[in-house]
Amino acid sequence: MAATVRIKDHWNEQRVFTARAFVAMATIGALAVLLALRLLWLQVVRHDYYVELSQGNRVRLDPIPASRGLILDRNGTVLVDNEPAYQLELIREQTPDLGDTLRRLAALGLLPAEEIDDARRTVLSRRSFDSVPIRLRLSDEEIGRFAVHRYEFPGVDLRTRQTRHYPFGNLGVHALGYVAAISEQDLERIDRASYAGTSLIGKLGVESAYEPQLHGHNGYREILVNAQGRSVERQGAYQPELRSAAPQAGADLVLAIDLPAQQAAEEALSGRRGAVVALDPANGDVIALVSHPGFDPALFGRGFTRAEYAQLTNDIDKPLLNRALRGAYPSGSTIKPIIALAGLHLRMVDPLRREFCNGAFHLPRSAHLYREGKGGRHGHVDLEDAIARSCDVYFYSLAATLGVNHISGFMGRFGFGAETGIDIGGEKPGILPSPEWKKKAFRRPQDQVWFPGETVNFGVGQGYLTVTPVQLAHATAMLAMRGRSFRPRLVTGVRDAVSGAVKALPAAPLPGIDDVDSTNWDRVIRGMEGATRYGTAAAIGKGAAYTLAGKTGTAQVFSIGQQERYNDAANAARQRNERLRDHSWFVAFAPVESPRIAICVLVENGGFGASGAAPIARRVMDAYLRAAQPAVAP
Amino acid sequence: MMREELQPSTARRTLSATARLLAALQLDGPLLVGLGLICCYALIVQYSASGQSLDTVARTLVRIGLGALAMMALAHTSTNFLRRIAPWVFAAGVLLLVVVDAIGYVGKGAQRWLDLGLVRFQPSEIMKLAVPMLAAAFLHERPLPPDWRALLVVAGIILLPAGLVAIQPDLGTALLIAGSGALLLLMAGLRVSIIVALVVAAAGAAVAGWQFLHDYQRQRVLTFVNPESDPLGSGYHIIQSQIAIGSGGLFGKGWMNGSQAQLEFLPERSTDFIFAVIGEEFGLIGLLVLLALYLFVVSRAVYLATQTSDTFSRLLGSTLALTFALYVFINAGMVSGLLPVVGVPLPLISYGGTSVVTLLAGFGILMGLYSRRKLVGS
Repeated sequence: MAATVRIKDHWNEQRVFTARAFVAMATIGALAVLLALRLLWLQVVRHDYYVELSQGNRVRLDPIPASRGLILDRNGTVLVDNEPAYQLELIREQTPDLGDTLRRLAALGLLPAEEIDDARRTVLSRRSFDSVPIRLRLSDEEIGRFAVHRYEFPGVDLRTRQTRHYPFGNLGVHALGYVAAISEQDLERIDRASYAGTSLIGKLGVESAYEPQLHGHNGYREILVNAQGRSVERQGAYQPELRSAAPQAGADLVLAIDLPAQQAAEEALSGRRGAVVALDPANGDVIALVSHPGFDPALFGRGFTRAEYAQLTNDIDKPLLNRALRGAYPSGSTIKPIIALAGLHLRMVDPLRREFCNGAFHLPRSAHLYREGKGGRHGHVDLEDAIARSCDVYFYSLAATLGVNHISGFMGRFGFGAETGIDIGGEKPGILPSPEWKKKAFRRPQDQVWFPGETVNFGVGQGYLTVTPVQLAHATAMLAMRGRSFRPRLVTGVRDAVSGAVKALPAAPLPGIDDVDSTNWDRVIRGMEGATRYGTAAAIGKGAAYTLAGKTGTAQVFSIGQQERYNDAANAARQRNERLRDHSWFVAFAPVESPRIAICVLVENGGFGASGAAPIARRVMDAYLRAAQPAVAP
Repeated sequence: MMREELQPSTARRTLSATARLLAALQLDGPLLVGLGLICCYALIVQYSASGQSLDTVARTLVRIGLGALAMMALAHTSTNFLRRIAPWVFAAGVLLLVVVDAIGYVGKGAQRWLDLGLVRFQPSEIMKLAVPMLAAAFLHERPLPPDWRALLVVAGIILLPAGLVAIQPDLGTALLIAGSGALLLLMAGLRVSIIVALVVAAAGAAVAGWQFLHDYQRQRVLTFVNPESDPLGSGYHIIQSQIAIGSGGLFGKGWMNGSQAQLEFLPERSTDFIFAVIGEEFGLIGLLVLLALYLFVVSRAVYLATQTSDTFSRLLGSTLALTFALYVFINAGMVSGLLPVVGVPLPLISYGGTSVVTLLAGFGILMGLYSRRKLVGS
């Protein structure tokens, strides 16, 4: 096996080595160029992109919440403003012993003992350098107590936060609304960035409907942070320049609400359940809007205990329900002027012809008796008398003559069965019945038929018809203005928080009624005037310093049996159960010659309209017309 | 007039005095200057990257001093002696690696250090020198290009320590050791056909090796392919280092003013990712200056290796020079996103470890080989 013996060829090895060294150096050069190109890409071509990322790393935006706009009444009285609330915050890394600190705070009465564990968990769930709120809304006395002991609590401090303040407490809560913690649904409709640093948002009423104006624009401050998110002063050896932007305060809102009228309405309703809506017929301005009972709006901003919330939602009086906008009730006789106007307009009634009322009405070929609501008989009445004395028999007859389609169509022109479009929203449309409506509303074919008897009941505002107080107030304003119609509105102006300049919002006219003869309007209004002079509401017209026109209404909660009489013993027993009593309505406007206020009052289970609701309307009108002053000067 | 005529000759005498001193120390002037500049750069950057810690700078100075001593000692060591002790150094290194692995096995964790009480010491660093020394010594006697048997022996010399390091586990260092062995074989004139065959085999092995990688090692590779897939986890390092480099721009944000580095967004800022700190604070200019210094050092080192006249010197010298270049490229490539993240420090710049000492020791060996180029040989 003679293998070839290789011997070292030094010359060749040297040559190969030198060649390889050249190749190696060329490869190194190529790699260096590759690296340089990569660096050129990162540092020159993509420089701006990476600068942005680096900036995003090192800078955190600390929002500065804008101060929320105030809410004023028409005279410039502040209805809603802001006040600082103090809360206790704790920074874990500055606190030597967290458990001990919390226990000592509880011993001082600054933290409920049962919340120690919760507070501890909350603090531990956050970063050690975060300032974590452990107790919200300290009272003045608690602030003082903490101030004395502050030195014993390193890492614990008082922080202020702006919260909503309601100088008049519950006043107008259903109109003004309230603010509460931002919910998941809210997050979907707001620009999150502009709400960074804000924890409360308007709910319901003006606070919600005018949220964009009230909120303003939050400012920000750039804060240098390190990789752990801790705020730091210096970046290496330097203190970098950081930007900031001042917040822009939200705009103040000027409401049409007249505080004296609103207060009069609230006081008059106290102890009862009901609603008052007062409008300026000339422009739709809401002079007063009350739903009673109300609730304390501050509760929502502060946050509830479970028990407090349960108490509010389970209350049999339903304080959270806005009866003025969402309470749909049978209208009772309050719609009689409109039925009368329909008859006049359609020339289906002779206003001067005196009908005889014997206390009951029956349709031809029917034995069913439609009784006079209050019992008794009116004798011979013409159209104006029938309105003034609220003669049911006259209107049973008129309704039967008009037919359901005419009634329904004409009432629709007064806005029934639809939302009025009030600027704070949240209305219910109520029900304006008609044969078509019945077809849609009922499933069983035998229920879908419209019976002539239903038309008769419709004529006195009983049956399927339901209306909301704001609808009735709006319809009354249209009567007062002889057909002119305006969208009801609470907010009449927006005041710039800095310059103080008020930008007036124009009234919003709605398509009204312009084809009805003025003589017909006059007749109906005279009937309403009669009601307050000699008719059902004569008591409240006495001693008024102005002329007024009105109409009472009584909505049955339970229908009365055929054989019963309203004043029977069985009814008397029912009347003793307060919640089964009839709802009491009153609508009015004044002065008749040049109407400045149109009002609707509802008192749930208030009995007859004349006794339950009418006096309240008188008090509100007195308060408004006497206190009448020019609207807030710009 | 007299003075003016005297001055040049004085200057010439001074220069020659420096040259005489270098010759006596058996050191190379240009290489020494290049290494010195890189070390100065390292001190400046480390002061900033460590968050202005003079302590860090002092410790690095001590390591550079130790490295300089090792360099001078090895420059004086005779080439024949180096060749003869190569097997013993290699054997000692392997023994230490086995000890480290055993401790790591008992301690159930990654173990790279040997705690000698006063000094903590990384045996894998020795192998970076011992592997090329033994391989060069083995091939010195044999005809080149190496035949199959020689190739197998050299493969064993490379893969035994690389495997021991890999199971520590320290994949980066293992790859570097294997890489230096591969470079040595290339310089030994390995035939192109064999190179191609080995590359194909390596590709196959890579596919097979994927199965044996630790999860975190696989993750590094996957993250390299798509760093944004895991921005808070494994991708974080790469994303943050690219932000640091990219935001530095042409001229950088200024010394001690890099927000990524100073606010600790950049992980491992004074060790593996120090390249990004330079990119952020000194910009593209700063990085190109550094790369130019590296290029100069590598070119000079390769030049010195080509000037030696025996196989051992040529192979060992060139391997040390090229391995140095490989370290630079792997670290810079990893930090700038060209290569996956492997734990390889930037030579002479990164803080910590034994690598400054071994690197300077390697250059000492190279200078010694060069200075004795006419004394040794056939």
